Amino acid sequence: MKALKIIVLAKQVPDTRNVGKDAMKADGTVNRAALEAIFNPEDLNALEQALRIKDMVPGSTVTLLTMGPGRAAEVIREGMYRGADNGYLLTDRKFAGSDTLATSYAIATAVSKMEYDIVVAGRQAIDGDTAQVGPQAAEKLGIPQVTYVEEVEKVDAKGLVIKRRLDNGMERVKAPLPVLITVHSSAPDCRPRIAKNVMKFKHARTLTELQDATEDYSQMINNRPYLKINEWSVADIGADEEALGLSGSPTKVKKIENVVFKANEAMVIQANDKEIESLIVELIENHTIG
Amino acid sequence: MNNIIVYCETNGNSVAEVSLELLTKARSLSGQLKVQVEAVIIGNDLKGLEDQLYAHGASIVHKAEDSRLEFYQTLPHTSIVVEIFRKEEPQICLFGATPVGRDLAPRIASSLKCGLTADCTSLEIGDHYEKKTDTTFKDLLYQIRPAFGGNIVATIINPGTRPQLATVREGVMKREETNPVVKGKIKNWNVSEIAKKDDFVIEIIERQIEEKRVNIKGSQIIVAGGYGVGSKENFNLLFQLADVLGAEVGGTRAAVDAGYIDHDRQIGQTGVTVRPKLYIACGISGQIQHRAGMMESSMIISINTDASAPINSIADYVIVGNFSEIVPKMIKYYKKNSK
Repeated sequence: MKALKIIVLAKQVPDTRNVGKDAMKADGTVNRAALEAIFNPEDLNALEQALRIKDMVPGSTVTLLTMGPGRAAEVIREGMYRGADNGYLLTDRKFAGSDTLATSYAIATAVSKMEYDIVVAGRQAIDGDTAQVGPQAAEKLGIPQVTYVEEVEKVDAKGLVIKRRLDNGMERVKAPLPVLITVHSSAPDCRPRIAKNVMKFKHARTLTELQDATEDYSQMINNRPYLKINEWSVADIGADEEALGLSGSPTKVKKIENVVFKANEAMVIQANDKEIESLIVELIENHTIG
Repeated sequence: MNNIIVYCETNGNSVAEVSLELLTKARSLSGQLKVQVEAVIIGNDLKGLEDQLYAHGASIVHKAEDSRLEFYQTLPHTSIVVEIFRKEEPQICLFGATPVGRDLAPRIASSLKCGLTADCTSLEIGDHYEKKTDTTFKDLLYQIRPAFGGNIVATIINPGTRPQLATVREGVMKREETNPVVKGKIKNWNVSEIAKKDDFVIEIIERQIEEKRVNIKGSQIIVAGGYGVGSKENFNLLFQLADVLGAEVGGTRAAVDAGYIDHDRQIGQTGVTVRPKLYIACGISGQIQHRAGMMESSMIISINTDASAPINSIADYVIVGNFSEIVPKMIKYYKKNSK
C-alpha cells in the first residue's frame, strides 16, 4: 500500500508526577522551577504507535508537531532520536494563554497546512489532564477521532483496525483515513533512543536556536537540511489572532488555590494492644465500623 | 429555555451511576438558578429509562433512538447533542468524566466554540467581576478541578459562551432520588434527520465489557496500602482486615505499579476517587496524587512507621508503627469487641 504521512502531536510538560519535597515551597505552593520539563508521557505512547505504523507501511514518515516556547524544540529532537523523521515547532507569543479550544484551533490550522493520513496524539498531558485538545483538533479538521487507543493492530488501504482501552473493557473499531487517534498510557512504551539517530540529529536546531550560534555552526546546519527543525509563527500558519491566546479562550481561570498541607491535629495512637483496642472500641461505639 | 442539561450514559438497561450523580447535582444548581433540569439519552432501545431520570430530577428527557446507536459512537452522538443544544439553548451542560464523556464533550465544545472544563470535582454558582471591562457576570458556573498533577485547585469560568460545559468526575457527587418523584415529559429526536451518513464511518467490530469486579467506590470502609506494604503477600493482611470489617481493599499508584495489587483497585488522581466513612491507610506516605483521591473520607486512620509521613497531616488518627504488627491487633480486637 502507499506510504502514509503520520503527524504526532507532542507536548513538553513539567513533570508533575515527581513532586518531591524540594518541589514544594515552604508556603506549600508549587516550585515550578524545580520541576523538570519532559516529553509528555502519553505522547511517547503516541510516538510509539506512529513508529509502529511506519514499520508496518514502509516508506511512511513520522512528523512531530509541538506548540510551546522555544525550548520545546527539545521534544522534537527527542522524537527524532527515537525514530521520527522531522518536526515542526509552533511558537509565538500570541499563542500564550490559549485554553484547549484556542490550542486545538492553532494545532488544527497547522496540521491542515501539512499533508497527513493519520494524526496521533497522547490521550492527555499531565500538566492539565484535560484530554480535550485531541478531539477538538479532530473536530476542527473535520475528521473522525478514536480516543483511548491501546494498539493500532492493522493498517491497510481501507484504514486502521484499532483496539481501545475502556474503563471496564475493550473495544475494537475500524476507522477510515484520515483519522485522529489519541493513545492511552496502557499502550506499549516508546522505544528508546537509537544511538545512530542521536549522532545524526543532536545538532538539529530551530532558526531561533541558531540566532546565538557562531557562523561556522550555522553554516554546518544549513549544509545539512535534515538538521533544520521547522518553526512556525501565527503568521506562518495564517491563523486568526482573535481565535488564539486569551481572546480566543472562552474559559478563564477565576482562582487558583495551592493545595497546602493542612496542619490537622491528628490523634496519635501508640502501637500497643491497649491503645489499639480502645481505638477499635471507640470506632465500634460510634458506628464507624461494625 | 436556558435550563441545565445532563448528558446521560447508559450501560445495558440502566442509566450510568455517574449520570444520576450529575442529575442530582444539577438539581441543586437548578434550585439556585430557578431553572429546570433536562436529560439527554441516546441509544437503541431506551424504553423505561426515563423513569430513572425523572426519579433523579429530570423534568424533560430528550430521547434519540436508532438501531445503529446500540453502542456509543463519537460522531452521531456529537451531531445529536449539538442539535439539541442549538435548539434548546441550555445555559449549563454536564457530562461524566468517563471515556465516553471525555471523548464526546470536547468534540461538542469545539463544534459550538464553547468553553469546556474537564474532570471537575466540584460545581458552584457564583458571580464574576471582570475589571478590564467593568462588567459583572451573574450566576456563572464555577467549575472547580484539580490541575497540575493535583498540586493546585483551579476555579474555571466561561463568562462569554453558552452553554457552559463541564465533565465531572465519577463518584464525587452524591446521588439522591427526589421525593416525591415528579413525572416529566419525553421529547423525541429523529436520528436519521440529524445524523449524517458520514457520522457512521467508524465501525465497531468487537466489544468486551466486564462488569467491574471490585466496587471500591461504593464501599463505606476502605483498607488501602501503599508501597510501604512491601509485597503482594503482605497485602493479604489488608484483605484479612477488610474481610472482617466488610471493607474493600485499595492501593496507591506506587503499590499498583509495583504489582502488589490490581490496577482496578487504584485510588488517587489516576485511579478512582473515594470518600468512604472510614479510610485505613497502611504504609502510605500520601503523595498529593493519592490524597486527591481520598482526602474527602470522613475519617482517616494512618498506619505508618514514619511519624512525619505527609498523609498524617490529613489523618484523624495516626498509629506510628509497622502495619504488619498493628493490623493483626486490629483484627483481634475487632473480633473480641464486635457483637
